[in-house]
Amino acid sequence: MTLDTLTLTAERANELLRTKEVSSAELYAAYLEAIAERDPELHAYLYVCDDPGGDGIPLAVKDVIGTKGIPTTAGSKILESYVPVYDATVIVKAKQRGLKVLGKTNTDEFAMGSSTENSAFGPSRNPWDPTRVPGGSGGGSAAAVSGGLAPWALGSDTGGSIKQPAALCGHVGLRPTYGTVSRYGVVAFASSLDQVGPVAKTVRDCAWLYSVISGRDENDSTTVDVPEVELPTADELKGVRVGVPKEMNEVEGIEPGVAAAVREAIALAESLGAHVDECSLPLSVDYGLACYYLVAPAEASSNLARYDGVRYGLRSDGADFRQMVMNTRHDGLGDEPKRRIMVGTYALSSGYYDAYYGTAQKGRTLIAREHAAAFERFDVLVSPTSPTVAFELGARVANPVAMYLSDLLTIPSCMAGLPGLNVPCGLSDGLPVGLQLIGPQFSENTLFRVGHALEQALAFDGVPARYRDDG
Amino acid sequence: MTGSWEAVIGLEIHVQLKTRTKMFCRCPNSFGDPPNTNVCPVCLAFPGALPVANRRAIEDCIKLGLALDCAIAERAVFHRKNYFYPDLPKAYQISQYDEPLCSHGRLTVPTEAGSVDVGITRAHLEEDAAKNVHVAASGRIHGATATLVDFNRGGTPLVEIVTEPDIHDSETAKRFLQLLRQTVVELGLSDAELEKGSMRFDVNVSIRPAGSDELRTRTELKNMNSFNFAAKGIEREIARQIRVYEEGGAVEQETLHFDPAHEEAPPMRSKEEAQDYRYFPEPDLVPVEPEQGLVERLRREIGELPGARIRRIADTLSFYDADVLVTGGLDRLWAAVVDAGADPKDAANVLANQFVAAGVDPASASAAELAKLVRARAEIPRTTFDEAVARVGDPGFSAAPYLEQKVVADAGALDPVIDRVIAGNPAQVDQYRGGKQGLLGFFVGQVMKETKGQADPRVVNERVREKLGA
Repeated sequence: MTLDTLTLTAERANELLRTKEVSSAELYAAYLEAIAERDPELHAYLYVCDDPGGDGIPLAVKDVIGTKGIPTTAGSKILESYVPVYDATVIVKAKQRGLKVLGKTNTDEFAMGSSTENSAFGPSRNPWDPTRVPGGSGGGSAAAVSGGLAPWALGSDTGGSIKQPAALCGHVGLRPTYGTVSRYGVVAFASSLDQVGPVAKTVRDCAWLYSVISGRDENDSTTVDVPEVELPTADELKGVRVGVPKEMNEVEGIEPGVAAAVREAIALAESLGAHVDECSLPLSVDYGLACYYLVAPAEASSNLARYDGVRYGLRSDGADFRQMVMNTRHDGLGDEPKRRIMVGTYALSSGYYDAYYGTAQKGRTLIAREHAAAFERFDVLVSPTSPTVAFELGARVANPVAMYLSDLLTIPSCMAGLPGLNVPCGLSDGLPVGLQLIGPQFSENTLFRVGHALEQALAFDGVPARYRDDG
Repeated sequence: MTGSWEAVIGLEIHVQLKTRTKMFCRCPNSFGDPPNTNVCPVCLAFPGALPVANRRAIEDCIKLGLALDCAIAERAVFHRKNYFYPDLPKAYQISQYDEPLCSHGRLTVPTEAGSVDVGITRAHLEEDAAKNVHVAASGRIHGATATLVDFNRGGTPLVEIVTEPDIHDSETAKRFLQLLRQTVVELGLSDAELEKGSMRFDVNVSIRPAGSDELRTRTELKNMNSFNFAAKGIEREIARQIRVYEEGGAVEQETLHFDPAHEEAPPMRSKEEAQDYRYFPEPDLVPVEPEQGLVERLRREIGELPGARIRRIADTLSFYDADVLVTGGLDRLWAAVVDAGADPKDAANVLANQFVAAGVDPASASAAELAKLVRARAEIPRTTFDEAVARVGDPGFSAAPYLEQKVVADAGALDPVIDRVIAGNPAQVDQYRGGKQGLLGFFVGQVMKETKGQADPRVVNERVREKLGA
């Protein structure tokens, strides 16, 4: 049978495999074919794998996630030659469930960015409009899923790298509660914020993949036991209390088309039985971004220090050890990692620590408290995921702060360690708009339930219009 | 030292724990294996690798903290100490900073002049660096042409112990180090062998006018690989600082590196580099929150500590004997030998001399048999006694056959030998009679030699004196 990878969900693929209507090899081949056809334009993949055999569904993997024997570059020249000797825990778990690594997807270098334009290997493009970015840092996984180049994918999210690309490419993405998914084997950006999560076409696929990768891992001390994942079935929202944080829905910079689509989705939620009310998260929006851009670079400055040319990856020549390390890092790291290493080093420096890193951590505590207070009244909070739809390549490259503002609405809940789900909720100027659902810690099942009910009611068509017209 | 100056000494000690695995990964914690064989993604800092704290190491550190009378933190935090060095693969060391596991402790060091309380600022856990091997003719950093790194040691657990500047002389510093070493060895936490580097220490030294409480610029002494050498180094440094001040100069903050291979060589100097380690809490690890039950269990596992035993035994013996017995790990055997009927002082002498010289493991020695030997020491020939002591650790050792060999104490049997010795050394006889009484020992020694050690030295002494005096 002919497989339409643009519409095929993992759940449906599993059904086809189970009933033997399609073999695992045929399924894999269909994706390789789609990749051959569309990836030269989209550049979602940095590396495509041969079918490893076995029975199971292919899975695209963001290139910050370590895969044994498969190059893992984190989008950086400094790791261009690096091939891991071990699988990340999420890959071990995926393989245990029969999933097959289809390829490694493009990312901003060390997941630092909101457009994939910081990838050392060139940007990915948005399947809805190739002149626009797919978002970032997980733009490769996003472009792969929306472009029909993978049924689903793994991403990683530090300040919005799963949710924001999902919004810009029109699919579902979950940033899980911090500590529910192992970070072991995942190239670290900011350890206290990094979380691996699923990228999928539907909320049910997203929940399924989350159930595969989540759970306590003895190799990651920050992981915890996770409530059993329930695949959502409900199509109503009776009794669900939905909070609409005023600041996160009205802050300057939200495009009118985005605000309108989100408003309609909220109205729809009410019509499905949800109790909707306004609330306020003033500190989160005012201080979230500023605190994030101290904490994350501070941790990054330390995490990226291991790329010294001594044991693996790029090594440039130098007269002595110090010179060799400096030359290696000069040659191997791009502008954005260098910028964050400098900011982070400064923020941790003696005499500045309290004013910067210390204050940012206090801000983080306030943000967490503000969210916790809101969750005494609400089950979920909603806002746009991204203030804008996909922007044009190059539009924000020259202005790092404009680029950083792409994550204004995703960052606060990341700082609080909370889960967030992007659900596509409509189009604005022909480009997808994403609705962000935030829940308290370990509320993934609630997010899935709400997301699924809205998804059913919204009936958003995730196939990019230009592929539909072509088809 | 000059009476008008007082030394102020603080110690920083690193003790390598003998846990089965490393501090943050499952690699074997083992010494002497081929280079780079005990390594994994975690201790080589491969991308994505994460540390997991070794539970046993945490318990060991708490135990040591309890032995040092420390407060055990309800919540301790690991920090990252950031710096680039080839032996530090993550470019940060996971250590502890402002929330250490153990703090505010004290070790009471018995000395000849009474006990000295040395405050323990902190005892915390950290990981060791790998080992850089500088390849060059001299084997030292200067003049090296290449550096090889052996990561086997990288990530092995260390406890760092920092004292308050409560020590004022080299002797107390040395005794503190010996006592601390004995404590960690007895608790089973570490081999604490200086030669293997499983115990290392730095000494901070400054001086001030006696009676003042100011703290002047200090220097740091590194690389001293024996306690005696450390004491010498401290004395040398105190004398140097006194000279500097008395000549109107100022002591500069610097590090003095000693060359363990050449103890007489002057230390190399290096300026303290003002490093900014950018400490911050290690986000890959959760805080350590020891449960009260665990702390109490570990406390119960600690027996009477060496310092307390020295003080107790010094009530019976001299301080010197008590110190030698305890820091030599001999006091438990001594107590058993005394219990079995030996005289305390005699037993201590034999243990500190013949027993140690023979290299017998105290754990394998039979206290009952040793007590018999100590009691009969005067009645059996000296060579027989030494031989018996050397075998007291042999399985199934019995003192009986040795006890049967009696010394020759019969004057009738000894006199012909004594006469022969006197007759054979007329020059010495003249000197002795001319007032050189010290030659008595010469004659006794000759008689002991002639009798192959079988004579009773007391009887020989008596008879020689009588005959020469005649």
